[in-house]
Amino acid sequence: MCGIVGLFLKDKTLEPQLGAMLSEMLVMLTDRGPDSAGIAVYGAATKGKAKVTIQSPSPEADFAGLEAELSKKIDAKVKLLAKSTHAVIDVPAGKVEAAREAIAELRPSVRIMGAGEAIEIYKEVGLPVDVVKRFDVTKMTGSHGIGHTRMATESAVTTLGAHPFSTGPDECLVHNGSLSNHNNLRRELIREGMKFETENDTEVAAAYLSSKIAHGQNLGQALESSVNDLDGFFTFVVGTKNGFGVVRDAIACKPAVLAETDRYVAFGSEYRALTKLPGIEDAKVWEPEPSTVYFWEH
Amino acid sequence: MNVTTLAKAPQREVNYAPRVFDLDAAPLRELNLALHQVTDASDEPSWEVINPKGSHAVAAGVAQPIAVEVRGSVGYYCGGMNDRASITVHGSAGPGVGENMMSGQITVKGDASQYAGATGRGGLLVIEGNASSRCGISMKGIDIVVRGNVGHMSAFMAQSGNLVVLGNAGDALGDSIYEARLFVRGEVKSLGADCIKKEMRPEHIAKLKELLDRAGITDVKPEEFTRYGSARTLYNFNIDNADAY
Repeated sequence: MCGIVGLFLKDKTLEPQLGAMLSEMLVMLTDRGPDSAGIAVYGAATKGKAKVTIQSPSPEADFAGLEAELSKKIDAKVKLLAKSTHAVIDVPAGKVEAAREAIAELRPSVRIMGAGEAIEIYKEVGLPVDVVKRFDVTKMTGSHGIGHTRMATESAVTTLGAHPFSTGPDECLVHNGSLSNHNNLRRELIREGMKFETENDTEVAAAYLSSKIAHGQNLGQALESSVNDLDGFFTFVVGTKNGFGVVRDAIACKPAVLAETDRYVAFGSEYRALTKLPGIEDAKVWEPEPSTVYFWEH
Repeated sequence: MNVTTLAKAPQREVNYAPRVFDLDAAPLRELNLALHQVTDASDEPSWEVINPKGSHAVAAGVAQPIAVEVRGSVGYYCGGMNDRASITVHGSAGPGVGENMMSGQITVKGDASQYAGATGRGGLLVIEGNASSRCGISMKGIDIVVRGNVGHMSAFMAQSGNLVVLGNAGDALGDSIYEARLFVRGEVKSLGADCIKKEMRPEHIAKLKELLDRAGITDVKPEEFTRYGSARTLYNFNIDNADAY
C-alpha cells in the first residue's frame, strides 16, 4: 500500500495555497503510508535560472559554506536555501550539469533529489505530518504538485527510497504498487547510460520515462509505452514543468480517484484525500480507467 | 382481558425519528458500535449518517433490519457483511462496497469502485451509476444490479447469484465462472475463460423481471438483456485445458 495525491491548479488565485492544500491531502493518507513521505512542488520559474534540490544526512556540516564553494567552483553565483535535511540551490540555467558534478566532488554525501526550472523535491522518513512540518510545505506556492505516503515493499525505508523520484529535468514520478521487471529494465537503462541511486522499483519507472522522453517521446507517449513495457502493479502520477499525468496498469488494482473542477484537477488514492478541496461537492469525480493515460498541461 | 396488566407493562422506547450520526463530530467506531448494539430493529429502525467524507467501513457488519441513509460518498467496504439492513449511499462508494453481504439491500446512488459485492452470499446490491473492475468477483448468492457499466474481470469466479448490468461490461466478463447468472443489456468487451452466451428461457426472463422490480428499475425490459454463464468445461482439471487456466 502507498498513498498518492496530486493537484494541478487551473485557477491562478489558488497558487498561494498549493502547499497547504497538498499537505492536507497528504496527511489524510497517512494510514496508507506511514513510513515516509515526499512532495514535489512546481513553483514559479525564473528566466535564466534553474533549481537543484539536494539532500544530506548531515545537513549542518554539508550545507555550511557550500554556497561560496560551489559559486567559485562553477564560476557563477549560486544561492543556497536550506530547509532541514534539504536545500534548494539557485544556479544559472546553463550551469546545472556543472553544479551537479561540483556538488558530487565538494560534498560526496550530498544527494541530488531533482533539478529543473520549476521543481523542488522534499522527502524524508517519518509520518507525513512530520515531513510536511519539517519542510514547511504548507507555505509553498506553485502551479502543481505531487505527494506520496510510503509503505515500503520493494526496498528499504530510507530517505532515498521515498518518493517522488526525479531522473530528468523538471520530471518526477510517484508510484503505488510494485514492479516485477525492474531489475531487467534497470540493467537496460544502465547500458543506455542512466545512473541509479537505489534498488527501488519506482526509480526504474522514473528513469524509464525520462529515457523515453530523452528519445523524443512526449510525456503522454512515454506513459503509453510504460503500460506495455512495465510489468507489475502501478498507479503512477507524474509531473513535468507544465503538466500532470496519471496512468494505471491494465489490472488496475491500485486505487485511484480523479476530480476536476474549473479551478483544479486533483488526484487521490482515495476519495477522502479530496474531501477538503474547495467545491469538491460539485466536482466531476471518477475512477481513471486501466491502461489509459490522463494528462493535463498548462 | 386484563387491562391493568397491560397498562403496567414497561414502556418500550421507540425512536421513530432517524438517529443522526455526524462523522465530522463522532468517530466512525462510535457509529459502527451503536449500529452493532441494536438488538431489536423496531426500537431504532432509522439511522442517518452525515459527513462520511470517504470514511472506510461505514455501517459494516450491521445485523438488524434497520435503514441507514448515508449522505455523501464513502471509502472502502461500506456495508460489508451486511445482514438484513437496508443501506443507501447518497454518493459514490469506494472499493468493496457490500463485500460478503449476507442479506438485506445496499443501494449506491453514485458510482462504485472495484470489487463491489465481492464474495456476497445474499441480499441485493444496487448501483445506480457505474461499477468499476471486478464487480461481483467470487459472488456466492448475492444479486447485483448495476444501472451503468461494469469494468473488467467482473463476476470473476462467480459461484452463484445474479449480476444484472444495464450498460456495458468490460474485458473478461465471467472469467472462470461457476453457476452465477450474468445478464448484460449492452456490449460485452470480451468474455473470460469458460464464460459463454446462453439462451434466455422464460425462467430467466421471470427472474430478471423480479430483480429489476426489486431494484426499482422500470424503464427497461428483461427481453433487452443477453444471458451469460458457465460452459462448465473448467470444473475439473483436464490436461487438454491447461492453456485455459
